[in-house]
Parts: sequence; structure tokens; C-alpha cells
Amino acid sequence: MQKSLHIDPGKCTGCLQCEMACSYEHTGTFNPSRSFIKVFTFHHEGRFAPYTCTQCDEAWCVRACPVDAISIDAATGAKVVSDDKCVGCKVCTIACPFGTINYSQSTGKVVKCDLCGGDPQCAAACPTDAITYIDADWTGYDRMLASASKSLPSAEVTA
Amino acid sequence: MQHIIIGAGPAGVVAAETLRKADPDAVITIIGDEPEPPYSRMAIPYYLIDNVGESGTYLRDPDQHFKTQNIEVVQQRVDKIDAAGKQLNLADGSTRAYDKLLIATGSHPVSPPIPGLDLPQVHSCWTLENARNIIRLAQAGSNVVLIGAGFIGCIILEALVKRGINLAVVEAGNRMVPRMLDENAGGLLESWCKKEGIDVHSSCTVDGIAAAEGELVEVSLSDGSKLSAALVITATGVKANIDLLQGTGIKTDQGIIVDHSMQTSEPDIYAAGDVAQGVDFSTGKHEVQAIQPTAADHGRIAALNMAGQGSAHHGTLNMNVLDTVGLISCSFGLWMGVEGGESAQLYNAEEYQYINLQFDGDHLVGASSVGKTQHIGVLRGLIESRIHLGVWKQRLMQDPTAIMEAYVGCTQELGYS
Repeated sequence: MQKSLHIDPGKCTGCLQCEMACSYEHTGTFNPSRSFIKVFTFHHEGRFAPYTCTQCDEAWCVRACPVDAISIDAATGAKVVSDDKCVGCKVCTIACPFGTINYSQSTGKVVKCDLCGGDPQCAAACPTDAITYIDADWTGYDRMLASASKSLPSAEVTA
Repeated sequence: MQHIIIGAGPAGVVAAETLRKADPDAVITIIGDEPEPPYSRMAIPYYLIDNVGESGTYLRDPDQHFKTQNIEVVQQRVDKIDAAGKQLNLADGSTRAYDKLLIATGSHPVSPPIPGLDLPQVHSCWTLENARNIIRLAQAGSNVVLIGAGFIGCIILEALVKRGINLAVVEAGNRMVPRMLDENAGGLLESWCKKEGIDVHSSCTVDGIAAAEGELVEVSLSDGSKLSAALVITATGVKANIDLLQGTGIKTDQGIIVDHSMQTSEPDIYAAGDVAQGVDFSTGKHEVQAIQPTAADHGRIAALNMAGQGSAHHGTLNMNVLDTVGLISCSFGLWMGVEGGESAQLYNAEEYQYINLQFDGDHLVGASSVGKTQHIGVLRGLIESRIHLGVWKQRLMQDPTAIMEAYVGCTQELGYS
């Protein structure tokens, strides 16, 4: 059974431990601005919502890449960027309708969530279980994915 | 079932792969006329600065990928399509029969009629072969004139500057990238380029290019300047490769007219990528977009239909992202706005920061930005999902940078229960 990140914004306190853990895992520094998961603040609602790549089936980034630099990790299902192949053209950053693959000016490559190879550090760091890494058929995750992808028309294949 | 794809660019390769998945037993052939393995023009700027070698521009691993996928790749020029007889005549005199044909022949650079364009110092920047010539002539310290500050012109600026040349850019429009960016954004690009030491001439055209002393040429501009150059690069637009269709009866305009399933006016013949004039998501009209994401989407939709898996798309969204000597800009959809629509913008010239959102009612229909690299794809999501922004419309009017919050707020349960 493949696992997925499950995000429950109702449990998020906005502590940003996930951003710290993510940036440390991927860059070796505690720098939230370089985290691949981002906590958004909703002042009017008094809420926080962590958000990152859902590793969607459409894989817009994979399809848009002109040099085959994004592949699917067979073990985790994560869409993973190969730094060796990425030329930094940024086409994937406009193709991804969720805004979750981004260009890093410090590396000249694009960066995105890779599920830490199957041990996502954001989930490990989250003190309130707002981010968990669980079986992919968990309906909550499906709902998040479905609502995120809903009615993106050119993705739809109709008979 | 024999599928033939003419053209080995992204649309053709994505189509071949999609066909292989959809129809494991089909015979699939890609015919391309360039003497290279299938490669990506998007990677050429990075080849010009030696970030990648030639192999870094290849769409797929040329030794393994096509063999593994059982896709035949033929290097030949197609001379004629015989739609009635369902066969192709190749330049070597042979013929190839097909059941379903995909035309993905791309586009070619075009130039205004400027005297001197045939001089050996003048090159376009389109193919790997062009790139090799540019690398040969753009030696450090030499003067280079770039004609055209459109998307392609701008995307190779950095490569040229990094090669240590002295660069002048001539653009006929009143700003840089006029077909992708508005005056604010185009103006930011121009002042950025000037800051980077590039000599920008906008609202200016080239009167002529003439041979000068040594290996140099002299470029005469409409503003009276005369520029000496070792290399002149033309980047003044591209045009769909539709000459091949003469006599076939297939309907063309700027490109090949295709329906929502990427079929041409001829049954069993499809078109995809730069050569195709498909439905634009924003306008509903047929337009040639000539962009990488559209090529990939076209290739996929065409292939599914060729394999008999009915598939229609709702039009492709026009969008671009551009890195101009380190200043990143992008635009989506109806970035110039719609009649009766509203817009919100934030403009900070000193910091080279700009974002402009265009609304029609409570839908986002277009957007552009300069100096933003984070979450820009969500602009596509907001536009293409036709999300009702509701309360977020007003919030975006006040703070147009809150695009990600708007998207997450509109699509996710924030946990009110």
C-alpha cells in the first residue's frame, strides 16, 4: 500500500516545525523560505493550512518537462526532480496548477516535495498530527486531492 | 495499426509515448528531419552557457528510451502527404503507409525582409545547429546584435551575456516581450537589461546589415545608430511548418486547424504542437500558441484519439515563463484583461517586483508577474479551474500577492467543523 501525506488544517497551530524540518532535510539549514511545504495563514478565519505537492496522478510537471528531468519514484509514487537533468527552464513551475514546484535561484533548478524517500520529515516534526503519512486510500487525502484537482479542464478526458 | 508521427519534438515524442501506453501492439514511427536525436529547443539557452552538453538537450535518452518503448525513430524528410492513399513520400524516394498520422512538424523562425540577412554572420536561434554557430561566433569580447526581444530573444540574453560578449538588442515594439508582458512588466525587463549592461533599442528596427572590415558586419538601425558586430542573431518570431500540407486539402490558417480531439479536417490525420492551431482555453478561438506545455498536452490528446480512446480537451491555456538575465517573468491567459473586467496590481520598480491580476466577475482570467518564482503555477490553477473566488476576489483586489492563500482557501477544507 502506497502512503501519502495527509494534511488536516484544523489541527495546524502554525508552529512551522514542518517548514524547519523540510528545509533542514533538503538544504541542511533551518530556513523556512527554502521549505517545500508551506504553511499559509488565514487571518480572517484564524486558521493555518500546510500545503505541498499532492503527488497528483496527472503529474503536470512530469509531462511539461522538456528534458525528462522529473521521474516517478516507484516505491513512494513521489515525482522527483533530478538535479543532473534539470536545466532550470521553469516550464514545470507554470504547468503545475497547484503552485507546488518552484524555481530556486540559489541552485538554478526547480525544487519540490519528494516525500523524503518515504520518511517525510514534515510529518515526523508535526507536534499535532496536522501532517501525517498514512495509507493512500484514506478518504481525507482523496478529498484533498479531488478538491485540489477539481474541474481542471484540460486534464479531463471525456468519452 | 501503423501510427506515423512527423516531427521529433516534444509534441511528437509525448504522442509516441502516449500511443505506446494506449496501444501496446501498434507499430509507432517518428520521422524527423533534423540530424540529431529528438531534442528540446527549450534547453538550448542552457546549452549556450555550457550548463549542459548537447546530450543535456535530448528529450529522452536516445540510446535506450525509444528502443525500450519499441518506437522507431527515422531521420528523413517527408516530401509529401498522400491523404487519399494514406501514405507518405520521403526524401529518399521511399514511401510509408499509415493508418493514423500525426503532424507535429513544429515551426520555423521568420524574419522581416532586412537586407543582409543572408550574410554568414547572421543566424537565428532555433535549432541545435544554430546554437553551435552561435557558440562559435559569440566569443568573449565580441559585439553581438540581437534582433527581436520576444520570448526567444529574451531567453537567450543571459546565455549571450554570460559568454562575455557586448550585446545590443533591437525590438520593433515599444517594450520588451510585447506579446507576453504589459508595459509595466516589459519596462521592468528593459531597465533590468540596461542595468546588466545590455544596449536596448526599443521602438526601433533594423534597416540593413552590411559586410564590414575583417569578419565583421555593420548593422544600421532606424534610430540612426550603426553597430559593428561579429554576430547578428535574429529572433523575430516563428511560423508553423505547414508547407508540407499543400495539395492535401487539410484546412490551415496560421497553423493546421484542429478540433477538440486534435483531429484535422481530414479523418485519420491529427496535428499537435507549434504547427497546430487548436482551441485556446481563454478565448475559445483557434490559436497557434507555440509553447512547450501546449505541445505536450496536444501530443497526449492527439495520441489518445489516434488510439481510439475518445478524448477531448477544453482548450489549452496560453502561458509563458521567462528568465531574462536572472529576472523571472510569467504571464497566463488573458493577461491584458477583458472588457468590463477588473484588475489588481502591485508595482515596485525599485525592487523589480510586479504582479497583475485580471478578473472577469469573480473569476481570475489572466495574470502576469515579474520577480516572482514561488507558487506561480497556482495562477494557472486559479484560471483554468474557473474557481468562483467569492470572498477572495476582494482580498486579491487588496493584496494581489495572496494567490496561494486564495487557491488553498477556495479549494481546501480549512477545518471549521
